[in-house]
Amino acid sequence: MDLRRPNRPVIGPKVRQVGFVTPDSAAATSSSSIPAVSAAAATSAGSPPSSLSPVMIPPPRHPSTEMSNPHFHPVGSYNPSEQILGSPPALSPSRSSRFDADGSDFGGDDDESVALSGVGGGMTPKSSLLMRQPVTKTAPLVSETRKRDSNVSKGKGEGPSAAPKEKLTKAERRATQEAQRAAKAAAKEAAAAGGAPSVSKQPKPATKPATQQKKDVPSGSGPLQPLAPSGSIEKKQGKKEVAAPHPRMQFDDMTKVGKLKKRAVVNQSEARNRVELFRHLPQYEHGTQLPDLESKFFQLDLIHPSVYQVGLQFLSDKISGGNARCIAMLLAFKEVIQDYTTPPEKTLTRDLGAKVGSCVSFLIECRPLSVSMGNAIRFLKNRISSLPHNLSDKEAKSRLQSDIDRFINEKIIIASKAIVEHGVSKIRDGDVLLTYGSPSVVESIFAYAHGIKKNFRVVVVDSRPKHEGQGLLRRLVERGIHCTYTHLNAVSYVMHEVTRVFLGASSVLSNGTVYSRVGTACVAMVAHAFRVPVLVCCEAYKFHERVQLDSICSNELGDPDAISKVSGWKDLNYLDGWAQNENIQLLNLKYDATPSDYVSVLVTEQGMLPPTSVPVIIREYGIERLWT
Amino acid sequence: MDPPMDFQVVVLAGGTSDKLSPLVSKELPKALLPVANKPLLSYPLELLEASNLKNIIVVVEGDEAATQVESWLSVAYMDRLNVEVVKTPGDVGTVGAIRAVAPFLISTDILIVSGDLVSDTSPGAIAATHRRHGAAVTALFCPAPVSGGADSSTSGGKDKAKKPSRCNIVGLDPTRQFLLHVVSGAKVEKDIHIQKRIVRAVGQMEIRSDFMDAHVYAFKRTVLLDVLEKENLYSIKQDVLPYLVRTQLRSEISAKKENSADESSNGATKELPSEDININSAVPSNQNLRWLSQHREIAPSSYQEIHISDCDMNKSRPAKKTHKCCIYLSGKTQYCARLNSVQAFGDINRDMLGEASRITGYTFSAQNNVVHPTVVQGAKTTAGGQCIIAEGTILGDKCSVKRSVIGRHCRIGSNVKIVNSIVMNHITIEDNCTIQGSVISSNVQIQERASLKDCQVGAGYVITAGSEYKSEPLTKK
Repeated sequence: MDLRRPNRPVIGPKVRQVGFVTPDSAAATSSSSIPAVSAAAATSAGSPPSSLSPVMIPPPRHPSTEMSNPHFHPVGSYNPSEQILGSPPALSPSRSSRFDADGSDFGGDDDESVALSGVGGGMTPKSSLLMRQPVTKTAPLVSETRKRDSNVSKGKGEGPSAAPKEKLTKAERRATQEAQRAAKAAAKEAAAAGGAPSVSKQPKPATKPATQQKKDVPSGSGPLQPLAPSGSIEKKQGKKEVAAPHPRMQFDDMTKVGKLKKRAVVNQSEARNRVELFRHLPQYEHGTQLPDLESKFFQLDLIHPSVYQVGLQFLSDKISGGNARCIAMLLAFKEVIQDYTTPPEKTLTRDLGAKVGSCVSFLIECRPLSVSMGNAIRFLKNRISSLPHNLSDKEAKSRLQSDIDRFINEKIIIASKAIVEHGVSKIRDGDVLLTYGSPSVVESIFAYAHGIKKNFRVVVVDSRPKHEGQGLLRRLVERGIHCTYTHLNAVSYVMHEVTRVFLGASSVLSNGTVYSRVGTACVAMVAHAFRVPVLVCCEAYKFHERVQLDSICSNELGDPDAISKVSGWKDLNYLDGWAQNENIQLLNLKYDATPSDYVSVLVTEQGMLPPTSVPVIIREYGIERLWT
Repeated sequence: MDPPMDFQVVVLAGGTSDKLSPLVSKELPKALLPVANKPLLSYPLELLEASNLKNIIVVVEGDEAATQVESWLSVAYMDRLNVEVVKTPGDVGTVGAIRAVAPFLISTDILIVSGDLVSDTSPGAIAATHRRHGAAVTALFCPAPVSGGADSSTSGGKDKAKKPSRCNIVGLDPTRQFLLHVVSGAKVEKDIHIQKRIVRAVGQMEIRSDFMDAHVYAFKRTVLLDVLEKENLYSIKQDVLPYLVRTQLRSEISAKKENSADESSNGATKELPSEDININSAVPSNQNLRWLSQHREIAPSSYQEIHISDCDMNKSRPAKKTHKCCIYLSGKTQYCARLNSVQAFGDINRDMLGEASRITGYTFSAQNNVVHPTVVQGAKTTAGGQCIIAEGTILGDKCSVKRSVIGRHCRIGSNVKIVNSIVMNHITIEDNCTIQGSVISSNVQIQERASLKDCQVGAGYVITAGSEYKSEPLTKK
């Protein structure tokens, strides 16, 4: 390890590698086998899984090339005895030297950290931080990054000659597919064997207990058909609540996805060509969900009409934006509570909680929840469970409804007003303000500043495919604000004249990372490079105690067709029928994470804060502390 | 019991339609006209039942018809559906029919289905679209039968005035979700008058004449009741829908929107063009919140946004209100037809035997026909493909039945040829008759050697021996 260190700079943890590179293709090109990949191979090849990784590494696309690799080291099953028995492969000096240098324990640890950084799903913040801190341990991470780097550059310059993978023949491809299938089956078996405690020291993310819980329930209540006739409503509801997909569920785990699908209300078929790095995120075939859900309109007795309506609107993207979605959801829940009557022999607190849970799981099926919605739901459930038992139904209902009203009012409406007041104080005459997308709070700030006769210009930066900025532009122009409209590609040109950047956020995490519409990070970084202050406006109810270092492990995938089609250009049809071509994978990410280094100040209703103060706000003014 | 999803269903079964004479009569109202040996009304009812809509209000014109429909319903759907029959006097039109049931309507939205609809388009999809947009009215349109008349060779010169009356002129927005202009058949003139205001708000309008109004509407109840108060409206299709579409940008119907029943609907009718809501209003009402959440609707080219901004722009008229008129286009694979003419009756029957046989619920045999086990067939009698022969019918020797529907308890003699025809119940056909492309109502007696081609024979008629008819409606005087 020491041998390898001098010739590479240590990259700080804030630089993230976001590439379209699959770990296995890295293996295919690089001569030495990468631990992460071999770990994947180890689990998928059906070798007795000593550890069931919580992060299911997707089965390799070309396992045949993998298997034929002479330097194949199953790392999951790596143990000291191997060192005694097998001689280190002669052709990979770097690896053997590493093994010599490290203790066996060390080797194992390194591998895991690499695996985590490679796929990144479900890592718990603490452990990942812990693992990265010692310098010796970051080294393999760096090497991994590097290899990928080289790969990326190759991929970018990809011509017919420089293609990283050689074209496979039909037979080869079939062999590959079969191997994949076998690998999947093996993985399934492994998962079924599953609850077995794993030997490795890998961190256990929260998905683990969720699996066990899920497993327990069906076995306890017997084989319940998902479409059982009415009468088992209570049972269904109980089950539904458990069935709510874990927010950080790994969607590349076939067994879990299968189970989820059985209970799903929305008929979703998984998209085929998914980018490997994001396979742990749900991606469905768009276009079939809406008609299917619509045709089942009257069949879904259990779901309240207003929740259904909101779900449809989420699914069809009629309502988008964190605040709008949260308000729409809360108002729907208010109506659910209004129409709720406690069934006999049940208590309101328990049954209503289950009912809300089932509504939530329906909404998740329509579109993954945003952090703000998750916080609001947590608040509501908290209020439900903390209701005193001696309340009558009517009192309890009215109390909950007024709680929801207060939440909307105080946490969203008044909060945004306070933010507007704070934000306006940072606008001076002659300013050129830049914003990206269509953040609602920022719009209000501009409108208010214009209302109090401040003299400023606005640059609206927009991006494909949603073009949300156009709506903002239209509304600003109608108010008489002088605007410039441009696309994200041109942001570095317009940044010269900009004096302030106002951005919105979907969520702010406790390490100060701003999780927002994809492209925000780019704008923030460009602004940082031009030394333009970046103000992120975000209500405090969108703060979350989670720590996230990259935008890979938790994100949302949009409709790939949205980026493959260019509206208004009928003759641009190069990507028609891409879903049939297995060599194309489209990635339509919806969010990205802006590291706190690029954020000058957070504008919240509690005042203007540095991003490092987020944990304080969460601690002092968090959802849990609301009116307790 | 609460209506599912806050939707109530009204089926307009009609009475004795003039257009369908001589097939319908006082004894046989339109609703009970057999299509593939099932009463016409059973098609919409089964469609609704499949969507889990079990509480249905059926409006029938005329006392006798109502009594008959009611007695049939009570037997056929006794334990399956909860059907309430309401009768209206004849000639009040569809609006009159809705007025008659107005006191029963309590839910947020009302689904109005025509009783002569034969379709497999899910009513749930229409309702869901309606809800999704928060529309005032959503109408189902389907591709008009491409060559409904011209295709069936038999009806060459018959449909003189039918062609123009079929075509509706429909204006759609680019996303095909909103109805911007509608002129229904009878009122089509030489010129099309389109409101500038609407075109300006949308930017682009697609005008089609190949869509047919399937007469399935989802109305917001408050809108519907407001409209009903107006005078001189007669038909939903020809008066109410065009009226709502015409006034969608300057809605007059939403004056009384503030009642509590409207709470769960968040239509555009409630979108207040209030500015600076975040800053000015102290405690926003429920409405404003709705507006706030709707306000962020994306897709900047979409109609609603322009709607809203259109409101914003004209600050001189802040009270201007709008409502949305949506459209649901049924897919190409779905069958959708209305039985509103003799022509359509024949076409639909043929479709039920052929392309749309899935709707009937019959299972076709290997010969692609349905022959009830109690049917007695004589020697050398053949029932070809695409046939339905109901129970108790007796066929003589050497008969041949092709592409036809034969009802219950018919007696058919020897050497009879029935091609492309509909023969209802209790009919006696004597030997050596030839029936082609005809519709024969119940209790008709056809004596030997008669030959019918493209005829419609009214109930109880007697066709004398050896007579020949061609392209004639025949009714008992």
